[in-house]
Amino acid sequence: MGYKFNFADADRLFCNIFDKYDIYAPKKFPKQGRYSDTDIIKYAKINSINEIEFHIKSDYSAKEVLNPINETLFYFIENEFRESSAPKKPILLFARPCDINAIEIQSKIFEENGEFSDIYFTRIKNNLKFVLMDCNGGDDTCFCVSMNSNFTDNWAIAIKQLENEYLLSIKDSEFTSDFENCEQTDFSPEFVQQNTLSVNIKEIPNKEVLNKLKEHPFWLEYDKRCISCGSCTVSCPTCTCFTTRDIIYSENPKVGERKRVYASCQIEGFDQMAGQKEIRNKASERMRYKVLHKYHDYKERFKTKHMCVGCGRCIHRCPEAISIVSTLEKMNNAIDEILNKDIQE
Amino acid sequence: MVQQNQNPMIPTACKILSIVKETDIEYTFRVESPFQANHGQFMQLSIPKIGEAPISISELGDNYMDFTLRAVGKVTNEIFEKQVGDFLFLRGPYGNGWPYEELKGKHLVFITGGTGLAPVRSLLNEFYNNMDLVKSITLISGFKNKESILFKDELKNWQEKFRTFYTLDNDKIEGWNSGLVTNFVKEIDFNSFDNNYAVIVVGPPIMMKFTGLELKKHDIPDENIWMSFERKMSCAIGKCGHCRIDETYICLDGPVFPYTKAKNLVD
Repeated sequence: MGYKFNFADADRLFCNIFDKYDIYAPKKFPKQGRYSDTDIIKYAKINSINEIEFHIKSDYSAKEVLNPINETLFYFIENEFRESSAPKKPILLFARPCDINAIEIQSKIFEENGEFSDIYFTRIKNNLKFVLMDCNGGDDTCFCVSMNSNFTDNWAIAIKQLENEYLLSIKDSEFTSDFENCEQTDFSPEFVQQNTLSVNIKEIPNKEVLNKLKEHPFWLEYDKRCISCGSCTVSCPTCTCFTTRDIIYSENPKVGERKRVYASCQIEGFDQMAGQKEIRNKASERMRYKVLHKYHDYKERFKTKHMCVGCGRCIHRCPEAISIVSTLEKMNNAIDEILNKDIQE
Repeated sequence: MVQQNQNPMIPTACKILSIVKETDIEYTFRVESPFQANHGQFMQLSIPKIGEAPISISELGDNYMDFTLRAVGKVTNEIFEKQVGDFLFLRGPYGNGWPYEELKGKHLVFITGGTGLAPVRSLLNEFYNNMDLVKSITLISGFKNKESILFKDELKNWQEKFRTFYTLDNDKIEGWNSGLVTNFVKEIDFNSFDNNYAVIVVGPPIMMKFTGLELKKHDIPDENIWMSFERKMSCAIGKCGHCRIDETYICLDGPVFPYTKAKNLVD
């Protein structure tokens, strides 16, 4: 069972929810795209349901709500420290299945890797509910079905925007009373069953093959093509890497804060220690490190699905038009080549 | 006693008790410590305003820890400005440390390159003071040149109880050998160890790689070799991603690895 209501009624129906929650959703920022006269769609706090961009995939993912691009960890005053405060209100986050699945992957790293849970991520996640946005199959860079991230049941409300009205389904009883006077209709969320793109990821059977794959010459292509800009990792909904940075307040250098900011394994210096040479100092090596994390290393560590959710944002954002899907094809061929050679030997 | 913070990212201010100038660019800082650590673990050491870096513990006392630093970066340069009584900011300890229980009762061979001596120094001192814990100790320790020799007094002391090969890569001084540490592996009669021994290797990546290969030339089983890794880290608790190699996080699963695993860790 579900509900339907007009655009004009949306904000009135959501008014109690707006009171209680900060609502974050993809929003279009006109003329703020990277080329002249283009828009950008990114996550932002919204004040009206009608501000949400329902139909075009956001350029940046929902991860920025839980894991902001830069975030204060703590403040320091001489020899004392104060933890930054958590958001005051709980969060309602509008997201498509790929992004909801991606948050679960972020959670594996932030909350389950090692003995400590990341308090900054957890304090937001524990106060957050998802509104599942209907997805019509995405665009020509999407391959969520191949990555098993086209489905989720981690949602409180499901919503679909039609031409003049919204369809809504409610799973979390907290929100039932807000919509009880709406017209009822048959609506339950449907999930994408097929994308225009699909990928097949070959298993890497052991460390020997993995280390041979790292040496394979097909990666060298990226020395020419990849400019190590990090656009792919910023837009990736599952990348979590960060670096800590200290800042001081210019008027009082005894006071400052330690922040964390996104780091990218694609940008020079990611693995460089003071006074030492960089370990992966070529674009091809950095590309290989990223690709193997998404399609081997993460799965190997957590014994679960692959890290990539197939949202295709890295393909969209790459200024050199590198497609992760064709990279995967080349990687599959390289794995075959290594395995065949091993048999012959 | 200094109180540790509940949030693992927040450091504790710890007072500097003494500073030993090992070389022109390497100092050992002894710092007051409320932390319980094992040999071979590391701490995140920071200076608010400047930043943070992972540093291995080079000596462990009841209420103190030593850190042997080289002034090569933002954080370490700033630390070198500090004086006794000033504060360093610590969180940790992190990592697995040396397999102490497993090493006890064995013939131990330590092979170190340069500052790689720092992460085994506390272990060497522990055994130096308790030789009955091990069968024997052989120490092959190399430095670049005479200016880069660390822990001079201890190197001298250890000679009393350990079999030692001290060498300089490209320098000659009295009482020291010349050449790379790998040249001295052949001096060790591994057969006399009754298959009850472990080899511990720490140093720059290239030194560890070639020492591993040299040990394999002498048919040392992978399980008998241990190595300690050093990588860039921002969090040391498995979140920031900098130290990852394949599915392995150096901060969580290391920094100490048996060679069975270490030989496959290709960045």
